Amino acid sequence: MIRINTELNKSRELMRDVYCSTLMELAEKNDQIVVLDADLVSSSGMKPFFKAFPERAIQCGIAEANMIGIAAGLSVTGKVPFAHSFATFASRRVCDQIYVSAAYAKLNVRIIGSDPGVTAAYNGGTHMPFEDMAVLRGIPEITLIEPADTVALEDIVRQLVDVYGIYYVRMARKNVTSIYCEGSTFEIGKGNMLRNGTDVTIIASGIMLAEALRAAAILEAEGVSARVVDMFTWKPVDEALIERCAEETGAIVTAENHNTYGGLGSAVSEAVVKTLPVPVEMVGTMDRFGQVGTEDFLRREYHLTPEAIAEAAKRAIERKHT
Amino acid sequence: MEKNRKMRELRVFAEEIRVLTLKTLGHIGFGHVGGSMSIVEALAVLYGSVMRYDPKNPDLPSRDKLVVSKGHSGPAVYATLALKGYFPESMLRELNQGGGNLPSHCDRNKTPGIDMTTGSLGQGISAAIGIALGDRMDGRDSYTFLILGDGELNEGQNWEGFMFANHYKLSNLIAFIDNNRQQLDGYTKDVMDIGDITGKLRSFGWFTQEIDGHNITQIHEAVTAAKENTEKPSAIILNTKKGNGCSFAEGVLANHHMNFTAEQMNEALEKAEKVLEESKMALLKGGKGR
Repeated sequence: MIRINTELNKSRELMRDVYCSTLMELAEKNDQIVVLDADLVSSSGMKPFFKAFPERAIQCGIAEANMIGIAAGLSVTGKVPFAHSFATFASRRVCDQIYVSAAYAKLNVRIIGSDPGVTAAYNGGTHMPFEDMAVLRGIPEITLIEPADTVALEDIVRQLVDVYGIYYVRMARKNVTSIYCEGSTFEIGKGNMLRNGTDVTIIASGIMLAEALRAAAILEAEGVSARVVDMFTWKPVDEALIERCAEETGAIVTAENHNTYGGLGSAVSEAVVKTLPVPVEMVGTMDRFGQVGTEDFLRREYHLTPEAIAEAAKRAIERKHT
Repeated sequence: MEKNRKMRELRVFAEEIRVLTLKTLGHIGFGHVGGSMSIVEALAVLYGSVMRYDPKNPDLPSRDKLVVSKGHSGPAVYATLALKGYFPESMLRELNQGGGNLPSHCDRNKTPGIDMTTGSLGQGISAAIGIALGDRMDGRDSYTFLILGDGELNEGQNWEGFMFANHYKLSNLIAFIDNNRQQLDGYTKDVMDIGDITGKLRSFGWFTQEIDGHNITQIHEAVTAAKENTEKPSAIILNTKKGNGCSFAEGVLANHHMNFTAEQMNEALEKAEKVLEESKMALLKGGKGR
């Protein structure tokens, strides 16, 4: 059950602080929870956890491949490991370790990839993951999640304790726009309709969800009724909801802080062509590398803006009639 | 006397593993012969003496675990597990068969007794570290054994693991390094010269022992010494011959994965069975084990 805020403001808390405090609360009750990091404890905000649970907090040094394998090994003994690195190094750098030692071995590992897409900002192109979800989406049975705000993150982290399998969470580290009211609950694998509409559906996740809501407001002023869906689970993607949106609005726009190749645009399009083909337009970083800059600069540079989404929506609606 | 008898028993067990591994490979006429043959004695000591396990309860939390990082040695491990009753010997016919439970590389979800899925080289050490850490966190006195190949040490992840295991003083981790000096494309010194493995591991802070990897007594004593060392992770460097005891593979350069004829296999089996019989005779007669 979800409720959403009437106004879009930055969250009071940082995403990483919510991640840490939630995991600390869970670790109090569950002594099998183990946290791993690869020399980014200061960045991931997990210092309090490392202080409170030193015997269950494992500093792996700058060795992500080893960290993922250790997490897999820990789960052989029944531990519930949460391993963190920047999303670039928690995905593409360790793809084979996630594939073989964790997923193919059918073990039980949670991976937190922080600083998705343009939120990597000053770390620049080498650290800017536009491909992490695409890299991992080809791994069978993996679950890929991108929560939009602190409320969603907290609820999802709570759920990750009792599930079994490989879960990758793409997490902005700092302030994000608050979308959900406290107490909202989320079902992994099911999208949330945040705003109803009849002309087009905007499907987004992460930092692009707020931009999608802003785009819907722009469109409304122009007499266009846009539906907004939070597709926070990219895999398994909510095909039933996508089909319903295709049927009820006849056009879809995807908006992601990620390459559209292999990303949310691809996942939604695959569902659309399998169920009810309608025009799909995509907003994302397209097929480009990252670069250094402020997040605002990068959002403009890669057209991750409400205006770009609104334009894409109009194109999609236009294609309905051709 | 008791100890000598035990070593002779382990020698018999090793030769049984060797014969059964050859038979297992013989069903299909090709496979990873070289690296299976070189770890036979290590497997015999592990499953014949030093490891704590229960074939009827392969998931027993207090068991010792084995990660065969050089997962292509599956055939030798499968033969060992069958001899110890994890599954019937008839199942060995499933090696590499579609839908079967004995894939070319070890798979924890398919084969009873396999603790970790391996095959992508370099990854086993990290899993073994995770298992050893998990056991230590929960206060279990289990050991995690790890079998690495010397060629496999080309993979950088091993060195991340060596560093980590020393930093965390994982003395419940005992690694064997099958130093058979060959890898797929040739001799390790030609493909990628690893240099002094023992010296490298010692400088990484490990307790190291370099021994004859086909000598049962030496392997047994090395494991005992490794267990007595309670401050460091242990590495036992096994100087071995790739293809050891298999007439068509031993001394052959291209023996990592090879095809062989039924005639070749019959000849190899005849010789290996003769060695097995000799070991049984030695067991009856007494004397030192080898």
